[in-house]
Amino acid sequence: MIGATFRRVLPQLIILCVVLLLNFAVFPGFFHIEFQNGRLFGNLIDVLNRGAPVALLSIGMTLVIATKGIDLSVGAVMAIAGAVAASVVTGGGGWFTALIAALLAGLAAGLWNGVLVAFFRVQPIVATLVLMVAGRGVAQLITEGKIMTFLNEGLIHLGAGTILGIPTPIVIWLAMGTLVTLVVRRTALGMLIEAIGINETASRLAGINSRVLLVTVYLVSGFVAALAGVIVAADIKGADANNAGLWMELDAILAVVIGGNSLLGGRFSIVASLLGALIIQSVNSVILLSGMPPEFNLVIKALIIIVILVIQSPTVKHRLYLLRAKASSTVSDAPDVAPKAQLAKETRS
Amino acid sequence: MRDQPKPVLRARGIDKFFAGAIALDKVDLTLYPGEVHALLGENGAGKSTLIKSLTGAYHRDGGTIELDGTEINPRGPVESQKHGIGTVYQEVNLLENMSVSDNLFLGWQPVKRGMLDHRQMHRRTREILKGYGLDIDPTQLLSSYSIAIQQVVAIARAVELSGKVLILDEPTASLDREEIELVFSVVRNLTARGMAVVFITHFLDQVFEISDRATVLRNGCVVGTRKLSDVSQGDIVELMLGHHLEATKRKASHASPGDTILSLKGYGKRGMIAPFDLELRKGEVVGLAGLLGSGRTETCKVIFGVVSADHGRAELRGQPIRLNSPRIALEKRFGLCPEDRKTDGIVGDLSVRENIILSLQARQGWTRPLKRSRINQIVDEYVKALDIRLASPNMPIRLLSGGNQQKALLARWLATEPDILILDEPTRGIDVGAHAEIISLIERLREQGMALIVASSEMEELVAYSSRVLVLRDRRQVRELGGEEITTERIVKSISQGESAA
Amino acid sequence: MKLKTALLVSAVALTPLGAWAADKTVGFSQIGSESGWRAAETTVTKEQATERGINLKFADAQQKQENQIKALRGFIAQGVDAILLAPVVATGWDSVLEEAQDAEIPVILLDRKVDAPDDLYMTAVTSDTVYEGEVAGKWLVDTVAGKDCSVVELQGTTGSSPAIDRKAGFEKAIADASNIKIVRSQTGDFTRAQGKVVMESFLKAEGAENICALYAHNDDMAVGAIQAIKEAGAEPGKDILVVAIDAVPDMHLAIAKGEANATVELTPNMAGPAFDILDAFWADGTLPEKWVQTESKLFTAEDDNQAIYDMKKGLGY
Ligand SMILES: Nc1ncnc2c1ncn2[C@@H]1O[C@H](COP(=O)(O)OP(=O)(O)OP(=O)(O)O)[C@@H](O)[C@H]1O
Ligand SMILES: [Mg+2]
Repeated sequence: MIGATFRRVLPQLIILCVVLLLNFAVFPGFFHIEFQNGRLFGNLIDVLNRGAPVALLSIGMTLVIATKGIDLSVGAVMAIAGAVAASVVTGGGGWFTALIAALLAGLAAGLWNGVLVAFFRVQPIVATLVLMVAGRGVAQLITEGKIMTFLNEGLIHLGAGTILGIPTPIVIWLAMGTLVTLVVRRTALGMLIEAIGINETASRLAGINSRVLLVTVYLVSGFVAALAGVIVAADIKGADANNAGLWMELDAILAVVIGGNSLLGGRFSIVASLLGALIIQSVNSVILLSGMPPEFNLVIKALIIIVILVIQSPTVKHRLYLLRAKASSTVSDAPDVAPKAQLAKETRS
Repeated sequence: MRDQPKPVLRARGIDKFFAGAIALDKVDLTLYPGEVHALLGENGAGKSTLIKSLTGAYHRDGGTIELDGTEINPRGPVESQKHGIGTVYQEVNLLENMSVSDNLFLGWQPVKRGMLDHRQMHRRTREILKGYGLDIDPTQLLSSYSIAIQQVVAIARAVELSGKVLILDEPTASLDREEIELVFSVVRNLTARGMAVVFITHFLDQVFEISDRATVLRNGCVVGTRKLSDVSQGDIVELMLGHHLEATKRKASHASPGDTILSLKGYGKRGMIAPFDLELRKGEVVGLAGLLGSGRTETCKVIFGVVSADHGRAELRGQPIRLNSPRIALEKRFGLCPEDRKTDGIVGDLSVRENIILSLQARQGWTRPLKRSRINQIVDEYVKALDIRLASPNMPIRLLSGGNQQKALLARWLATEPDILILDEPTRGIDVGAHAEIISLIERLREQGMALIVASSEMEELVAYSSRVLVLRDRRQVRELGGEEITTERIVKSISQGESAA
Repeated sequence: MKLKTALLVSAVALTPLGAWAADKTVGFSQIGSESGWRAAETTVTKEQATERGINLKFADAQQKQENQIKALRGFIAQGVDAILLAPVVATGWDSVLEEAQDAEIPVILLDRKVDAPDDLYMTAVTSDTVYEGEVAGKWLVDTVAGKDCSVVELQGTTGSSPAIDRKAGFEKAIADASNIKIVRSQTGDFTRAQGKVVMESFLKAEGAENICALYAHNDDMAVGAIQAIKEAGAEPGKDILVVAIDAVPDMHLAIAKGEANATVELTPNMAGPAFDILDAFWADGTLPEKWVQTESKLFTAEDDNQAIYDMKKGLGY
């Protein structure tokens, strides 16, 4: 099981290492980590910390995409959640109430998307587009168009604080990633989600309750988006409805894709998506550390990501496979006829 | 065949390896102009793989292909079409949400002044399909027609595209006798013009009817090529299986079915199936007979709740129930093995293991995952019981041969230990050996007290296992045959006479 | 009737100028409320109108030009006395401006200019964004007084005109000061969150002790950067000087707390000067210059920032 997971995410691990080395090349102090002001401090920590919102989003996005869907609304949901949390604390509420309120808002958004997709059969891209556009408006209504600044230490701690010296966002996304992965893989949820993503008709005929599962994945997506929104707001001590999570749905989708998950649904790996999120953040870090003029930002990012995606494309993978096959002649030396018994032998992993 | 025939296509030493399996091992195949060459073998023997390796759909690992004496190396179906080799693959690869004529002409559309000439395309589509006895609207989406019609469109397309060789991988599996006749007459026309046709099927009657020679594969090796005029069906079966096979006969002991388990009264759905009555008892097999489109599949679907009935009442063990979704049917211990295994059955990218336990897991709910040991036990049991040929249960089910996919789907439903099992064309694409095994499996399940509803287009098969046979025509039930009445002749007669026989 | 009231009001008005505007109807087509500054501009415009007894018709375009054009046509149809337009984009205004001209309604552009013949509108009241950068740069030159100073710059959205202008103005001001150097410059997209992230990387890449000052193209980015500086264990405002542009309330608060040093105001009061111009026009037909620049006032620790904060925060920033 662990071995299989490792093999699955190996390409992502390699890419991550390469991009991290690229960071090292442009900035030799990149791997330096120290303990300062009671917290871990260093570029590597920044990558983990700044990658938190996209990492969180990618958890939900992975599940949604596995069902052949897509959730374009997560950026807007982040804005709503941040705004809700900020308005609760500025209205005198505690940080915990604010967090719960924000998460409920995220769940409500997820429910809305899920019901549209599962019950009204609206295409996911259209269904979530509604909230993508309207959601930011809702957030702006809550904050009245300004940055709603707050001073609640508890809430700020979620974005800018530390737990045992580790920045809180890192702890949150790691915990969330582990939790969802465990739930999905220790129960049958993962398999059933994959089944409806691969062939919904067949899955329904097999007796799977695809509606409930669809709603569930959008709920998860809304939930993690709300968490990301709270973190982002807490980080700057203010809910910026105009900019919070802007275009972040695209980064989340990209993380899922870099994670080697197919946009056509089916087999998925949350761990790989999380690595994808870290890869994106590492690319951002290269850009920031390189000191290149900002006009190059998008070009550099696009180039690196194109290279990553091309390396992962089936054609290139197949070429590599053929190269390896040629290198080792063992395949053609195989016995003349493999006995049936041998063919049928299980290769459990 | 001529005296000094020069082969049109000659493949030598074709190898194909898959991770964990050797699918083809130095396979030779020679086709002469004007012959119909049957390619035979058990499920998973490598027939489809051979075809795909020849046309370049798979990258072969060894061997040479000569067409008219010159070596060719097609790198895909399009290239082999250019060489004059047209192919209908086993899993029909058409674009369901494009029109019929788009599908027929994709890649070689008629062009007028740089624009697609739709008018001409539609007209020629009509003409071509007329040759197959089909009079359908070429502008409609392909998906609005049945698989049988889609199959004919695929064949027509391949025929139009092939100049030298036509390859048909189980083209007749979902066709009725009449359509088969039409396909055969087209094939005879082509061979008369000197084309070579490769014909893959599990129907040996059809093999002997149309083919000149047959090459038999077993476990990826050629075990022999025979002139069919020199051998009997039994010889061929023995060559395929490596052992002799007893002919299946009707069992006598249908006498004592148990209590009524499901009773449907005036059950139906407008536009799909006219209201019908059905009393299903434990320990009996109700056969559904009828032509394509007669309502067999529709009957199966309303009973399983795939579409909910808008007429009539249903009672399960005397209690009224509403069957309006497969999920409910599953809970009530119904099972349905669907007709179209590719779109309604398999979940292609999931492993064979996951496919087998899918329904059982769905019934338990996602919060209660099946234990690993339990899963392994179930999978081992059914892989063995149904003789599913696979490299590993962890391989994606789409990589299994067609017949083995069918068996895995049967395993999925058997694993749920249903009280009522509905099988829609359970032997489609299944080899002669497995065919016999499935018939005896149906027998066994019946004896164990399961109630079965089996729809099939094969009369002999229905005769072999049915306790009663319901005959359908034009989407309504027209006749019930029982006991001594269950003979091939009676069924055929009821189908053709329709209502008048009732 | 109108004239009568106008005379009546003029009799009691303190400033004779204001008299001509009273009881006039002015249409205001606002872009939307995409930023706090925009919201403040709306609030201030409404306040200014009330103060002068002007009947203001307000239309929020929600970032869409077609909404603005519709609003303008509506104003023309209602026969308003003047139109204030904060254009969402620069192009595509010619025909609707011609319609206004035909109806003899003066149009004043607020905050941004348009690509149209300048006889189609009366004037444009905007800030001078290059000059804003210059003011910030000059403050830094004066403050470091010849000492060496490595500056990191947080740019606005790449390619946007305020980002280009504010960069150019700042560079012009420090051009002669060889002691001041921009060592790193990266975009923070005008947002607080990006300001913080990018500042974090500046601090790591250069080391907090090697950075003498931060120049941010807007206050939001500066406020984010201040948090990054604090988290890195340095003191913003002392270890690292912070100067930015806009003068939003949170920046005043930061200056009051000693965490920032200076900000150049982008006044939300564009309507005030516009109404003054209209008054003069209605009084005796005086035509203004084609470009009226608002003041770019510098705020530093010497101002009563707490008071300014309390005053400004009610404006909707
Ligand atoms: N891509 C693949 N990877 C691994 N094994 C494969 C792959 N494709 C096919 N196989 C295996 O190769 C064998 C031959 O399959 P093939 O589809 O050629 O059988 P077939 O003779 O056409 O059977 P059927 O009559 O059931 O259609 C099967 O055991 C199948 O599981
Ligand atoms: Mg096959």
